[in-house]
Formats: sequence, C-alpha cells, structure tokens
Amino acid sequence: MKQVSMQIDGVQVKAEEGTTVLQAAKQAGIKIPTLCHDDRLAPYGACRLCSVEIKKGERSRIVASCVYPVEEGLVVETESPRLQKIRQVILELLRSRSPGLKEELAEKYQVDSTRLDRDPSFCILCGLCVRYCAEVKGANALGFVGRGTERQVVFFPEIALKTCPTCRECFNICPTGVIPSDFAVNVPRFEKQPTVFPVRLRDEQNLRSLVEKIE
Amino acid sequence: MAKRIDSLDDLEQLRKRITSGRDPSKTRVTVCGGTGCQAYGSEKVFQAFVEEVKQRGIGAEVDIKPTGCHGFCERGVVLVIFPEEICYLRVRVEDVPEIVSETLVQNKIVERLTYENPLTGEKSVKESEIPFYKYQSRIVFGKNRFIDPKSIDDYIAIGGYEALARALRDMTPEQVLDEVKRANIRGRGGGGFSAGAKWQTTRDAPGETKYVIVNCDEGDPGAYMDRSLMEGNPHSVLEGLTIGAYAIGAHKGFIYVRQEYPLATENTILAIKQAEEYGLLGKNILGCGFDFTVEVQRGAGAFVSGESSALMSAIEGRVGEPRPKYIRTAVSGIWGSPSNLNNVETWANVPLVISKGADWYNSIGTEGSKGTKIFSLVGKVNNTGLVEVPMGTTLREIIFDIGGGILNGKKFKAVQTGGPSGGCIPEQFLDKPVDFDELSKVGAMMGSGGMIVMDEDNCMVDVARYFVNFLTDESCGKCVPCREGLRHYHKILERIVRGEGREGDIALLEDLSDVIKDASLCALGQTAPNPVLTTIQYFRDEYEAHIEERRCPAKVCKDLISFYIEPDKCQACMICLRNCPVGAISGDKGLVHVIDQGKCTRCGTCLDLCPTRFSAVTKLSGEPVPPPPLRRDVTREKRSEQ
Repeated sequence: MKQVSMQIDGVQVKAEEGTTVLQAAKQAGIKIPTLCHDDRLAPYGACRLCSVEIKKGERSRIVASCVYPVEEGLVVETESPRLQKIRQVILELLRSRSPGLKEELAEKYQVDSTRLDRDPSFCILCGLCVRYCAEVKGANALGFVGRGTERQVVFFPEIALKTCPTCRECFNICPTGVIPSDFAVNVPRFEKQPTVFPVRLRDEQNLRSLVEKIE
Repeated sequence: MAKRIDSLDDLEQLRKRITSGRDPSKTRVTVCGGTGCQAYGSEKVFQAFVEEVKQRGIGAEVDIKPTGCHGFCERGVVLVIFPEEICYLRVRVEDVPEIVSETLVQNKIVERLTYENPLTGEKSVKESEIPFYKYQSRIVFGKNRFIDPKSIDDYIAIGGYEALARALRDMTPEQVLDEVKRANIRGRGGGGFSAGAKWQTTRDAPGETKYVIVNCDEGDPGAYMDRSLMEGNPHSVLEGLTIGAYAIGAHKGFIYVRQEYPLATENTILAIKQAEEYGLLGKNILGCGFDFTVEVQRGAGAFVSGESSALMSAIEGRVGEPRPKYIRTAVSGIWGSPSNLNNVETWANVPLVISKGADWYNSIGTEGSKGTKIFSLVGKVNNTGLVEVPMGTTLREIIFDIGGGILNGKKFKAVQTGGPSGGCIPEQFLDKPVDFDELSKVGAMMGSGGMIVMDEDNCMVDVARYFVNFLTDESCGKCVPCREGLRHYHKILERIVRGEGREGDIALLEDLSDVIKDASLCALGQTAPNPVLTTIQYFRDEYEAHIEERRCPAKVCKDLISFYIEPDKCQACMICLRNCPVGAISGDKGLVHVIDQGKCTRCGTCLDLCPTRFSAVTKLSGEPVPPPPLRRDVTREKRSEQ
C-alpha cells in the first residue's frame, strides 16, 4: 500500500492510503474525541465529535475525521478554538438528551448544561447498537425507524425474541445505558404481542427512574 | 410504431415533414396546461374550445393546443392566440364561446380578459407587451408555450434533438465536454458547481459503468421551476441528458422525480417512450453507434433526497440519507460507480449550448454566472409565477418590473431567496444583481431559484420559525448538529413567537448556528441556519421586541396580539358579532361590540369582515387592551355623521 505523509497538530505523520485521518491520528498517538465510532464497525460520521480542521492552502474546512481519507500533504488540526466550540455545543446538545453523557469530555470542554431545555430520551441515536447488530452479528434485531427528530431505535420483535436473550452484546456498546433498559422493558413483552410493531418503545416510567438515578 | 430516425438528415426530413403540414399563419390557440392552470380548470377550458370550434364549423381553420406552463401562474388559465399573440388571462370555461365568436371569428379583442396593469390601469393585448413577460428572456422556459409536452413531433418541429444529432455526428465526446466547459454552465440546483468540471471528473474517474442523473426532487416551499420544465418540456431535459451521457461515456441515465409530481412523471415516461421509438434513445442512437437508456425513478417524498448522495442511496433502493462526500459522487456514486448528477434546469441548458455555441451562451449573464436562471416568484407580489431572466438581473427588476411590485400597495420588507436554506434579503440590497456569487455576500444565496417576497405584514421571527420548522421536519436525523441543533432551534423560536423568549436567546441561536453550519454532514444542515442568521442580522429589532417587550411589531404572532374594537368607530352592525367563530363578541344592534379577550382565538375574522368605511377593529401588540366600555349605545347623531 502506498504511504502518504501529512501533518497532524504540527507532527509529521505517515499513513497508509485508503485509511482515515482518525486512524492516522491514533497511530501517531494523537487522541481525537469520538462517540459513534467503533473500530469494529464501518465509519458512520454521525456524531461529528471527531470533527477536525483541515487546511489546503489558504482554505480551511471542518470535516469528520472518522470518514475523511488521508491525503498527501494534508494539514490537520484537532484542537482549534473552532473545534472546541463545536465539541462543546455538540456535547451540550447530546446532554440535553442524555444528561450524564461523557462526563469527562463535558468537563474538558466546559459544557454549559443550563442553556438548553432538557428533554431526556436517553437514546442519542449514535447507531452503535444498530450497526453492531447488523455488521458484526449479522442479526439486524434493532434498527432505526422514523426520520429526523422522530427518529428512534427499536427492537424488531420477530428477530429480537430469537436472538437478543442470548446475545446482549450491544448492552456494553450503548453509551447511555438505554439499550439494556429498553431490552428489559420491551423484549419480554414481545412474547405477548409478537406481531405489534413497537413504535413508542421506551417505557416512560422506566425512563424517569433512569433519569433520576443519573441526576 | 414510429419510423426510426437514423441520421441528422433523417431528423431534418422529419422536421420538414412536420412543419410543412403546419401553416404558420393559421390561427393557433395555446392553452396552458401547467399544474397551476390545471388547478384553475385548463383541461375543461381546452375541451370547451375543441367543442365550441367544432360547433361553429371552424375546426379546420383553428388549431387548439394544450401546452406546458407559460409562467404567469397567478393569472391562470393562460391562453395565447397565435399568430397575433393575443394573450388572455384568467380564462374560464364560460369565456370560451365569447373568445371563439369575438376573437376567432370576428378578429376582435375581448378586453376584459386582457392584462391590466394593477398600478397604472394600462391594458396590454400582446403577450410580449405585458410587463411580466416583457422584461424576461425565456431562452429555456419559453419553449414551453409552443409545444404540447406529450408530443415529440412538436419538440422536433421547433428544432428539438438537433443539438444531439449534431453532437453525435460532428463532435467527439471531448469536444462536447470542452464546449460545455467553455460555456461555464454552473449547477442550477443551487450549488453553482461547474457542470463541465463535474462531467470531466466523472468521465476521468476509473470504472466501466457510469451513470448520469437528472435531479427532479425539487422540494423548496414555494418553488416549482423544475417541475414546470419537466412537465412542460421533458424532451429538452432528455436531449441534454443524452448529450451529457455521450460526453461522459455513460450508457445509463436516471431521472429522479419526486412522488408529488405526477404530471412530470407521466410526461417524462411518455417522452422516454417516444424518444425510444424514434431511435433517439436506446441502441445506436441516430445511427452514430452510441447506446443510452433512461429510467424514471420516483422519489419517496423526502426533501433531503434532493441532496445528491441521498438521492443516489434512494436510487440504490436504500433509505435516502446523505453520506459523507469526501470522495465525490462523480467518482463513487450509485453502486460505487462514477455518477454525474445535475438539476433539471442545468440539463435543459445543454442543448442550447451545443446548438448555439459557448460564445453565444457566454454573452448572457455576469462574469461568474452565465446564461439565464428561472425563478419562482411568489409571496406578496402582484405578478406571481415563473420568471426567466439573465443572470445579474437585480432583485428590484425582478420584483418590481416583472413582479409588478408589492400587493395592495404595501411596503416591501424582505425577499427570501434560495428556499429554506437561503436567507432573507432586506430593502437595502434590492439593487444587488442576482447570480451565484452576489447574494452569498449578504448571507443569502440564489439557490435553485425560489424567491418569496415579504411585505410589512410579515413578522421576520415568524418567517425564520417557519423555515426552521420545515427543515426540522425534513432533516434525516443522522448527524447530531442538524437533528438536535434544529430541534432546539425550533423550540427556541417557538418560545420567542409565543412571547416566552429569554434573555440570551439571540446569542444562543447564534451559537447553535455556528456549529450547525460548520459540523453538519450535508448541505441541508450546513445551510439551515441561513434564515435565522439573516433575520437576526437584518431584523434584530424584531427579535428584541418579541423577547424584551413581548411585542410583535408586524402584529402576526398570535400569542402577542389582541384584537380590539374601537368603541368610537363601531357602528354596531353585528357583522363581526355574527361571524366570530367562538362567540367572543358581545353587543347588540345599536350597542357597541366588545371582544372578550379570554375567549378570542385571534383568528382575525372580525378584522377581515369589519366594513372598511368603519375600520373599527384593530390589532394591538405590546400594549394593554383598553378596558371594555360601559354598556354604550351608538347614537343616531353619530351614525349620520359617518
């Protein structure tokens, strides 16, 4: 494989063509915060926490390092003021959904938790469970339904009933803990109504107790 | 089955055969069949003409033709009688006998159906004299009015497919590409990226299979340029697409038409079938050895599917969600193959460039933006419709010369260009030339050509809320800044228009904007803050009035206004009282009417219905409603005074 050389935070870095900026940074020991990324899964580029600033000549651009391919002569910055602001606001947005999320990062980027109205749904739609189940297990027991702000993750009863009780591997990937809770509340229920499609999946009562526990 | 056309000569002969059977001096009535006019009953008007002419026994002397959209949608049904070019507007079935007996038989004008300038009262009979048309240059859109979109012969009669024939016979793919590059066509979908450069990238990208795509997933509120072009002249798009495929080296094309455009789908499918029968699509096109087929792909009703990578996912049969485009779709698009996507209007410009040449094309427009652009001019403007002008025409010319100024003599406040991702441009920039670069400098963009005019009665905070509401609904929900950012945006704006704005809300909106703009995955999110940022920039006082004074200066936001009957003006006519849908108005004959503020839902019926000679109902905002008067009679003296 062809090697390219580039600069990350002032350090000259060599990387294999076809890999991503995030991988190149990791190899060079430079840590870029991530959330929806998992080395076992195909890059997704949804949380945007791993955004970096790339410079080509005069122009600078914000890109997601988990999907941006390495390039000869690329100049990358991972902690510019613009990026700190992006991470701060992204964490602020996510924590209005999932209050206890990524405490360490929240502290590092001095996230204000008072400005936005709280609306805990816990699930932050990072898609780790969905993608793990599809890409690693090949089971597709969970998936996204709905679009935009209506989007949610649901267990598909026909598959979930067969595969989930013995697998439960997504429990550890979920950054918010909502997947085990959803599983506990919903999967046993499917037995009673296996043909009903679970549109509003998360049990309000269960959620409240989770919120209280964390707050 | 139609006879195959195997060469440019064949095409020439067919054209002569078609036109020789048509006498240009023969009276021809063209009835606009665009979606707007259809809604006004153009099909029935057309039928009525056919019958009336038959009854009068003049069927042999008159041709009646349904055509594509003429553009002056607000005055539909639009009718033009050739060769005199008499233009009748707002034609209804009842008018048909009169038009036939007066104009077609006796050569007289039906005055009441001609255009009357709302400002001067001046009448115009000829289409080209009507200000709405006079200042346009309809090089792309204007063909609509000469052809029946369901007839390929009509398109061939006006020189259609000649550009394709010439390109295939006389030019190499490289020469076609060079001509398009020299013409500097920029993408009409809004991005403004050079079409030639994109074609080149697709052509040069490794891979045997390549695709060309027409993006007809137009979804901006109030915009329908692509729709009317696709419905009215599908062959011009097909011809452009085929020329592009030849230049790029693609043998398969897709036309992605949104689900909500049934007529566009119908006409496009028919056009493909007709072109295949003539050998203008399929194997060995025009005997030149080039193969190309086209398929119509119907959209699934998501605004975000107009984004190129999302559209390609949808064609592949997956959810229409954007993917990162760090490797361009021109290199890796549909099923990983190089895929060149352009908008409907861009493709329709291509035959013009080939037949008239890049030099001619470059003579129109501005330094950086060549050719014309079609705009959908809507909102508080006298002449609503589709407008095609050279790039660089100023906003003032479009809104005041062509659009005839603001409705009811009100004052212009702003124009929203570029759809929901565009911005609101205030009065001080009305003399800005409209092209790809100039509007971006003031925070808006030309976009795909939506133009919504707003007057003094529009609340700019409410306008921003409207667009954010639209985008929140249409975000795919994949990336955090767009999904969560827009959700909070929406909440904050809803709060402000409800009168629950907080100190710091403007700063919070600006903070969120920076991140949504910088960090979103696709152009939907990256441009979503524009309506908010431009309204904050140019109408900050309106935001402040909502937040600090709980006052809506334009008196639009329902939670911040009250309707009030001025006791001195009320004539106790009972009109508002009887029509109030919630029974919030008390009073009696001869007894001044009073609105119960607790019951009032602020629907505005009382204001609309109060006779103008009284004008007793007013809207209040930011001030207390005066206490209701004691039971008070309207005296005889006072009545006679009025």
